[in-house]
Amino acid sequence: MEVYLDNSATTRVLPCVKDLMVETMEVDYGNPSSLHTKGVEAERYVKQAKERIARTLKVQEKEIYFTSGGTESNNLALIGCAMANKRAGMHLITSCVEHASVLNPMHYLEEQGFSVTYLPVDETGRVKLSALEEAIREDTILVSVMYVNNEIGAVEPIDEIAAVIKKKKPDILFHVDAIQAYGKMTIRPKRQGIDLLSVSGHKIHGPKGVGFLYVGEKVKIHPILFGGGQQKGMRSGTENVPGIAGLGLAAQEMYRDHEEKIRALYELKEAFVEGIRGLEGTTVNGLTGRESAPHVVSVSFEGVRSEVLLHALEDKGIYVSSGSACSSNHPSVSSTLKSIGVKKELLDSTIRFSIGMETTMEEITYTIDTLRTLLPMLRRYRRT
Amino acid sequence: MKFQSFLIKYAEIGIKGKNRYLFEDALVKQIRRAVRQVEGTFEVSKAMGRIYVNATSEYDYDELIEALQCVFGIVHICPVVQIPDEGFDDLAEKIVAYMDEMYPDKHLTFKVECRRSRKNYPLNSQEMNRELGGRILDAFADMRVDVHHPQVMLKVEVREQFINVYSLEIPGPGGMPIGTNGKAMLLLSGGIDSPVAGYMIAKRGVFLDATYFHAPPYTSERAKQKVVDLAKLVARYSGPIRLHIVNFTDIQLYIYDKCPHDELTIIMRRYMMRIAEAIAKETGALGLVTGESIGQVASQTMQSLAATNEVCTMPVFRPVIGFDKQEIVELAEKIGTFETSIQPFEDCCTIFVAKHPVTKPNVNVIRASEKKLEEKIDEMVKTAIETAEVVLCEA
Repeated sequence: MEVYLDNSATTRVLPCVKDLMVETMEVDYGNPSSLHTKGVEAERYVKQAKERIARTLKVQEKEIYFTSGGTESNNLALIGCAMANKRAGMHLITSCVEHASVLNPMHYLEEQGFSVTYLPVDETGRVKLSALEEAIREDTILVSVMYVNNEIGAVEPIDEIAAVIKKKKPDILFHVDAIQAYGKMTIRPKRQGIDLLSVSGHKIHGPKGVGFLYVGEKVKIHPILFGGGQQKGMRSGTENVPGIAGLGLAAQEMYRDHEEKIRALYELKEAFVEGIRGLEGTTVNGLTGRESAPHVVSVSFEGVRSEVLLHALEDKGIYVSSGSACSSNHPSVSSTLKSIGVKKELLDSTIRFSIGMETTMEEITYTIDTLRTLLPMLRRYRRT
Repeated sequence: MKFQSFLIKYAEIGIKGKNRYLFEDALVKQIRRAVRQVEGTFEVSKAMGRIYVNATSEYDYDELIEALQCVFGIVHICPVVQIPDEGFDDLAEKIVAYMDEMYPDKHLTFKVECRRSRKNYPLNSQEMNRELGGRILDAFADMRVDVHHPQVMLKVEVREQFINVYSLEIPGPGGMPIGTNGKAMLLLSGGIDSPVAGYMIAKRGVFLDATYFHAPPYTSERAKQKVVDLAKLVARYSGPIRLHIVNFTDIQLYIYDKCPHDELTIIMRRYMMRIAEAIAKETGALGLVTGESIGQVASQTMQSLAATNEVCTMPVFRPVIGFDKQEIVELAEKIGTFETSIQPFEDCCTIFVAKHPVTKPNVNVIRASEKKLEEKIDEMVKTAIETAEVVLCEA
């Protein structure tokens, strides 16, 4: 049995998305900037994708900019806004549990003379609102907080953060990294006070190498890539038509019968959490109810190293991530897990399971059963 | 300047007596293998104690030099101009043209060194040196002769077919051609030391096979891929390596269950040596190669080395035995394996390592501990050898 429980790392491309992409490569392969029919046809795919995406967020088409993925969206939002608004102030606020594609642009901006406040989180991984209130200064220009945490699935209090900003200093821009949230949550930037929103294609059963940034029409932002002036000069470079078309369709599919899909995800997650709690020496990190994201479960396994468990599960056809997949390349221990107070000896014993639209109850049961047989065996052999 | 020919110089082979042709043929073979990877077509020939590489098409100079610098046995690679003998004036004219093109900045000192293997040339070597030096000085006012420490040593060799002119000597790796000294089995771990050890043994003309101990799920698929990548990097020098991947998990867990934990590493290594030796015998290798260096870790103290060595009858070669870590790292960087070696994947030696492993194992104690494995271990070793996967690693 093959059980893919690493949907927060990436997802399988939907067949209809693949077919549409093939069409843009085999038939309508034109450059959207070309004046002839081939170009017009290609442009149509880009326009259609924009329409589809705008509809899922209830925003205007012209507020969507396509990028090469989540990392670029975050970089464009942070660096682009910081540069465009630095005369108004040079102070930025983010949280300490953000993804590297937010933290590293922040470090870069610090080198450029900006100052950054990193907000602490509580034991459930959520930003402390009191800390935000204290952090906002006269020269604060931007707050960036993720929607759903990629390592433990905590849902950040986006509406409350927006309310604090509105109360203290309404002209602060609010950027939300929604890479783990888009497709799983109902997001309404206009109503929620979100000025910029980053999304990645491959987390929603779309292709890799494409994403978008929603930029509210009143937001002042500068481009970070310069060239032929595509996408109103905000993001030069020939549009990645296959990727964009695929992203648009995947977005539409994710939000078709959305509530039903989410209910199914929560049911799977609850069954999984219950199964885990029945196993000895396990801790589920963060919240697990409906106030957390429907697809991420972080579990610490006492006395088992995550990498070993990961490979043992792999051997049984079950694919998961240790801590956070994004940081597996450089095994520095996860900052989110540390921030929420996971015990030191459990940091290297934590696995992230992430459920997807294609996961079945049978797969959840199989995974729990497999863990039940593997854990005692793996615990027998350890460093002494 | 565009060269079509390269003179390959080799040192040690030249003194090999009656077997010399064997070494030369092996070198030619290895050069042919190396240039096959290079853009362009080449002819490799042996003539009168000289090996030439001639480009017979357009080719990539840098790529060719780089490939030749991986061929053991080569001491120098000399890009050479071959001039047909059309009289001395013609030769002098062409040599002046060579100097002009090679050295745009004429502020330099030089020396001409002529040799004649064809003795009927009208001038003798001394006369040639003087005359050619004179013509160069006449042509370029800024050049000076320095017979002791010249910046440019211009060599002119009068041969049967043509006259070789060259002034560049690009260093090769030295050593002996692969295939002239039998085969050895390298224990490849994925660390920094073992690829260097393999390189050093291959440098003496030894063909390599390798063994890697894989311990899923404790070591990952990526750790295995890393070892394959390392074998491919070493193969640039040593030629294709057959990598034997042995699944070691069961043996390791069995030792863990039966033996004291502080002896785990040493006993494990003894079984690695036994298995590697058994595979070596099957494949016709005549010795084992490891990357051990005295005192580097607990399993590489003199006592530990003695304890692991005891189980083998084959010679075990440890070419980096007296090297400091930094010296090994420098070599690894030079041969291009360092970057791959430092990828952070756990290998099977460290997964169960005790906090305080024995550093001075007593062989009798270790043997007594191994007694506890008697029931199943032979069968397990047999299975491990039989189920080993073989991957051919080519550059």
